[in-house]
Amino acid sequence: MQYNFDWKLVLSGEYLQWIIDGVVVTCQISAISLVLAMALGTLIAVMRLSGVRPLVWFSAGFTEFFRNTPLLVQIFFWYFGSDAVLPAAVNQWLYKQNFEFAAGVIALAVYTAAFIAEEIRSGIFSIPRTQLEASRACGLTFLQAMRYVVLPQAFRIIVPPLISQALNLFKNSSLCMTIGVMELTYMARQIESYTFHGFEAFTVSTLIYLAISLLVSFSITQYNRHFLRTIKY
Amino acid sequence: MQWDVVWRNFDYLLVGSWPQGPLGGLAMSVMLAIGGIFGAFWLGLGFGLLRLSERWWLRLPAVIYVEVIRGIPLLMLIFWFYFLAPIVLGHTLPEAESALVAFIVFTGAYIAEIVRAGVLALPYGQMEAARGTGLSKTQAMVYVILPQALRNMIPSFVNQFVSLTKDTSLAYIIGVSELTRTATQINNRELTAPAELFFTIAVLYFIVCWTLTAASRRLERQMARYQAR
Repeated sequence: MQYNFDWKLVLSGEYLQWIIDGVVVTCQISAISLVLAMALGTLIAVMRLSGVRPLVWFSAGFTEFFRNTPLLVQIFFWYFGSDAVLPAAVNQWLYKQNFEFAAGVIALAVYTAAFIAEEIRSGIFSIPRTQLEASRACGLTFLQAMRYVVLPQAFRIIVPPLISQALNLFKNSSLCMTIGVMELTYMARQIESYTFHGFEAFTVSTLIYLAISLLVSFSITQYNRHFLRTIKY
Repeated sequence: MQWDVVWRNFDYLLVGSWPQGPLGGLAMSVMLAIGGIFGAFWLGLGFGLLRLSERWWLRLPAVIYVEVIRGIPLLMLIFWFYFLAPIVLGHTLPEAESALVAFIVFTGAYIAEIVRAGVLALPYGQMEAARGTGLSKTQAMVYVILPQALRNMIPSFVNQFVSLTKDTSLAYIIGVSELTRTATQINNRELTAPAELFFTIAVLYFIVCWTLTAASRRLERQMARYQAR
C-alpha cells in the first residue's frame, strides 16, 4: 500500500473551507427540499384519501411513478428537460437563480414527496375510520375533520417514519453532485481531483454523513421509546 | 417533442451495443441488480443472524456494519470502492465489478435488517418448541425458524430488489454503461430531446420496478393467510 496520508491538507486552509461549504449546501438543499416535500406529500396523501375519483387516480399515479423510478433519472429529467415540462416564465426565473440547485431541489422534493405521501396515507389509515365519521357527524366538513381530528393524531404516529424519510433525503442529496450542485460529495470529489488525497477527503465526508445520520436515528429510537408508547386508542 | 430520437436509439437503450459490443442499457441495469441482490442476500443473511447472536463479540461487527452502511449515501460507498480500491488492492477494479461490490455491501446492510426483523417477527414459541423436541440451536434455526422466516421475508426482498434496481442508476457516475449512462450518451450526441429521453428511461425503470412491486403486494396478500402464530 503506497499512499502518503496527509490529513492536515484536508483539515486545514482552503480544502477545509470547501468541506464546510459543502456541508452548508448539503444542509440547505436537504432543508428546502424537505419543507417542499412535506407540503407536497401531505397534499398528495389528502388527495388520495379524498374519495374524488380524478384526484385519487392522479395521486396514485404520482406516488407510483415517482417511487418506482430512480432519483438520478429524475434529477437529469428536471435538469436537462425542464424546458419541456415547466412553463417558460418559471424556467426563465429558475435560470436566473442557481439553476443546478433549483433542479436538485425540485427533483428531491418531488421524489421524497411520493414517499412521504405513502407514509402519511398509512398513518391516516391507522386512525380508525370512526374518528372521521364521528367528526363528520359533529358537523365538521371533510377538510375540517382532517385538519382538526385525523391529521393531528396521524402525524404523531408517522413522525418516526417521516424522520427516516428526511434522513433518506439527506443522503439522497449527494446525487445532486451529478448536475454540479457543490454539496459535500461534490467537494470531496473535487478535493480528490485537485490533490489526489481522495482517501482523506472521502473519510472526512463519510464521517460527517455518518455522524448526522446516527445522531438522527438515535433520536428516533429515543422518540419511539418515550413517546410512541403513550398513544392509546 | 422529438420522439424519433428515442425510437432511433431504442435498441441501444435496451441492450447497449450488444451483440456487436459489450452489453449495456436496461439489460446491464437488470444484470447488476440481479447480481447485487444475490450477493446481498447471503451477506445480509449472515450479518442478520450475527446480529441476533447472544454473544456480544459476534453481535458487535454486525451492528457496526449495518449502522455504518445505512448511515452513508450509496454514492459515497461507490466512490470508496472505485477510487480507493486501487490504493488498498494496488490495482484497479473494472467499473462494473466495483459498482457491483458496492451494491452488494450496501444492500446487504438492508437485507440484514430484513432478516433480523423477519426472525424476530416469528413467534418465540417456534424456537422453544423446536428446542423442546431436542434440536440444537443451530438446527432449530436452520430447519424450523429460517424456512418460515425467509418465506415471510420474500415481499421485503422483492422491495429491496426494486430499490436496488433504481440504485443501479448510480453506477452511471463511475462510468458503467447501464441504462442511465446510455441515455446520457444519446443525450450528449443528439442534444435535442433530453426530456423525451429521460422520460423514456424513467418509464423503462418504472415498468421493471412497478411490475415487481405489484407482484410483491400480491404475494404479501396471499401469504398473509399462511402466517405461523
